[in-house]
Amino acid sequence: MRNTRALSPIFELSAPGRRGATLPPSDVPYAALDEILPAEARADALPDLPEVAEGDVVRHYTCISQLNMSVDTHFYPLGSCTMKYNPKRNERLASLPGMLDLHPYQSEASHQGMLQLLFELQQMLAEIAGLEAVSLQPAAGAHGELAALMTAAAYFRDRGEHRTKVLAPDSAHGTNPASAAVAGFDAVTVRSTPDGYVDLEDLKAKLDDQSAVFMITNPSTLGMFERNIKPIADMVHAAGGLLYLDGANMNAILGIARPGDFGADMMHYNPHKTFSGPHGGGGPGAGPIAVRGMLGPYLPAPVVAFDGVRYRLDYDRPKSIGRVRSFFGNVGVLVRAYCYIRTYGGKGLREVSENAVLNANYLLSKLKHIFPVPQGDRCMHEFVATASKIKAERGISAMDIAKRLLDYGFHAPTVYFPITVKESMMIEPTETESKETLDAFAEALFRITEEPADLLHEAPHSTGISRPDEVKAARQPQTSWPK
Amino acid sequence: MSYLFNTPDDQRAMLEAIGVGSMAELFAQLVPDEARLHRDLDIPHAMSELEMTGHMQALAAKNTACSSRPCFLGAGSYDHFIPAAVDALAGRGEFFTSYTPYQPEVSQGNLTVTFEYQTYITRLTGMDVANASLYDGATAATEAAMMSLEATGRRGRIVVAGTVHPEYRQTLQTYLNCLGVELVTVGYNETSGTVLPADIAAACNDQTACVLVQQPNFFGSLEEVEAIGRAAHEAGAMFVVSVDPISLGILKKPSEYGADVVTAEGQSLGNPLHYGGPYLGIIACKQEFVRRMPGRIAGQTVDRRGKRCWVLTLQTREQHIRREKATSNICTNQGLFALRATIYLSLLGPHGLRETAELCARKAHYARTLLNGAGGARFTVPFSAPTFKEFVVRDGAGTVEALLADAEQEGYFAGVSLGRWYPELADCFLVCVTEKRTRAEIDGLVGELTSSPVGLTAELTK
Repeated sequence: MRNTRALSPIFELSAPGRRGATLPPSDVPYAALDEILPAEARADALPDLPEVAEGDVVRHYTCISQLNMSVDTHFYPLGSCTMKYNPKRNERLASLPGMLDLHPYQSEASHQGMLQLLFELQQMLAEIAGLEAVSLQPAAGAHGELAALMTAAAYFRDRGEHRTKVLAPDSAHGTNPASAAVAGFDAVTVRSTPDGYVDLEDLKAKLDDQSAVFMITNPSTLGMFERNIKPIADMVHAAGGLLYLDGANMNAILGIARPGDFGADMMHYNPHKTFSGPHGGGGPGAGPIAVRGMLGPYLPAPVVAFDGVRYRLDYDRPKSIGRVRSFFGNVGVLVRAYCYIRTYGGKGLREVSENAVLNANYLLSKLKHIFPVPQGDRCMHEFVATASKIKAERGISAMDIAKRLLDYGFHAPTVYFPITVKESMMIEPTETESKETLDAFAEALFRITEEPADLLHEAPHSTGISRPDEVKAARQPQTSWPK
Repeated sequence: MSYLFNTPDDQRAMLEAIGVGSMAELFAQLVPDEARLHRDLDIPHAMSELEMTGHMQALAAKNTACSSRPCFLGAGSYDHFIPAAVDALAGRGEFFTSYTPYQPEVSQGNLTVTFEYQTYITRLTGMDVANASLYDGATAATEAAMMSLEATGRRGRIVVAGTVHPEYRQTLQTYLNCLGVELVTVGYNETSGTVLPADIAAACNDQTACVLVQQPNFFGSLEEVEAIGRAAHEAGAMFVVSVDPISLGILKKPSEYGADVVTAEGQSLGNPLHYGGPYLGIIACKQEFVRRMPGRIAGQTVDRRGKRCWVLTLQTREQHIRREKATSNICTNQGLFALRATIYLSLLGPHGLRETAELCARKAHYARTLLNGAGGARFTVPFSAPTFKEFVVRDGAGTVEALLADAEQEGYFAGVSLGRWYPELADCFLVCVTEKRTRAEIDGLVGELTSSPVGLTAELTK
């Protein structure tokens, strides 16, 4: 029988007396613990943690890591997540002691290099956005949305306007309306047309003098560049509102089109997507925001300023919304983004987007005969295909196809999002995949459609586990190991 | 070409398959000309790996790494020891380059880790449920306060101790500004350096959703948490505590003094300083509040063959399903840092965490005792409450900025000045002593501070 002991939760590996770390003895003069910390504040027992050897820890986490699919090991066309190659060099560069071992409160004189890097990153993100002012503080895309909406609220408040609504299309990420609610706005949904564009009539009907912001994802979550983006921006501005760009899909338009040029007043970046920060199994990301000059004074403080000689943190921003987190930002992710942008340069970034779009269109051209793509023959960096035809004919769902792809050694696309397309499969190949990989992926999907329905309903067959019982997980939640 | 695959031949073949003649033609079909950028981005030229390495080394050389000298800086970002196995394991591409476990069949590694992490956090805090992580300590405390608004149905006031990390309070204020909820800050007692439970009780009214305190507090001092918790509950408010997870190696669990929600900055659990981020937001709560919990939660279940496995669960709280009615807008969190914390705690185990906490307390106590009255009574410790690994020092000469700058010149990161947040403590600084500091380094710091000339101008800090 195969030995799978190391795959067990670490609690099952524990044995009294084992240790994975040894601390040095105290080298300061002895004092009774009661003199240091009063007995009533101290715990009666040792912390309740497993006792394992370092070898246990290494084998356990190494073995369970191998149960994951990842960009390093597999094609990972998870739409909207931009699972591109994460350069190894950036890990090494971000881990230089002079980058990694910096304390957020050490003196400005002792980290001028870091401040210079962050200042230059602010400038580069402003240039890519076509917007003037940048805050690097938000910790993730959704956090950037929230910070930008708070910035908009402060801007309107300062102008004596009381606007209560934030609008977003029905195809938007759930974070858009959720961020609107946290920022104290009423979220209003705007319809999309069947081919994935904003329904201009519905937008027109819902825009009024209470509308603060229209949040648009462009390219959209259906992978289409919004053809009416200029008229939309004009409509929003005519109503006195601001246009927000959800930058989730910036990988399609680097150096091709700038949000500020096509009418956006605010946007966030997802550096862990667009600028190749590793996704880390669910973060960290970062969510820097760029805004038009008139909104700059309201951004979170501090920002990095430069007087021509010295870099410094500028806290003197009386109109700022304040902080949205502790310390400066997710600097580790920002340093990797900086390295990525400097590695490509301006022209290279455009080539990134060109190849991301080329790869997506090539894959679309191969798959559209098997899985219809409602929005048509062209896409930006990703496209949404539907399994509704094969579902109607043979009962095979997008979920079945996604699960069967795992058996073929491919991560699944995003399924059942956006919610505006039935049986949707959102496929984003990224630019860091070869034509051969895309051909193999298309071939696998083609083969899957010819397989017996029962085989697909039961997929995956070759992964460590089959489909989990999610209903049981929710009905009888067990969210920690029993004592 | 950097990380691209497509050769000119590939591109030609692919364009042909699509049915367009050139990249320009493809984009002309996709992006309206009026929205196009008709020039290259104004970003410096591309750099090879060799050039980039030189460039980054030059930037790094303009920074002084905390690892290059004795570091007594703390205030929410801590220089604890990180075993090599943490980096080696967390650096594996299977962890590093995967994402949110939307496909549990090929994400059992991450899900197992999340489940173990949640277990560790519940056991350390005594709470029933922990989530998969939040951004950092500040947003974790803020999310806990937001939970209390919903859970109590009281939307009038949040009461916060003035000894909670100033940047956590600023973050909370930013969020509450949007909702029109009042934030009442309770000042600290000048003798003890802690808030008085009676002052907390006086600040609560019948619309107070929660009381938020930090243990040990921002000054390193132990608050009277049991009495404060009682005061909160007597007012019908929830009791939220922000803790230092290392301190839980030796201090009572928050469940033992009545906490309803516990939050923490998890950076100290095996995560590098990183100039303040990314860090790890920890949140855990009692069972009754789980439906209000923000963010991802992993749960145990079985697969179709009855095999034990893990999935993301209770997702009807989350933004991708509930949209504007979600408990929070959080999506991507800090999975990699939760992983690092899990590996760190696995390595340390019960004895290692206890010993780390005890070393911090012993060494900080030694430094505090030495500095109190040092330099011919120039230096004093103004607050009387017991402290864990940080304590406040007053410079009777009143020249903190110059003092710290002078120490830096002499090779010490000596502490964090407090005047920026507490004007009345402009002559004070916060000293942090972790298990990494040796007696020789502490003695050296005291020697350096006591020999620092009085009356240096603040110019040195420039």
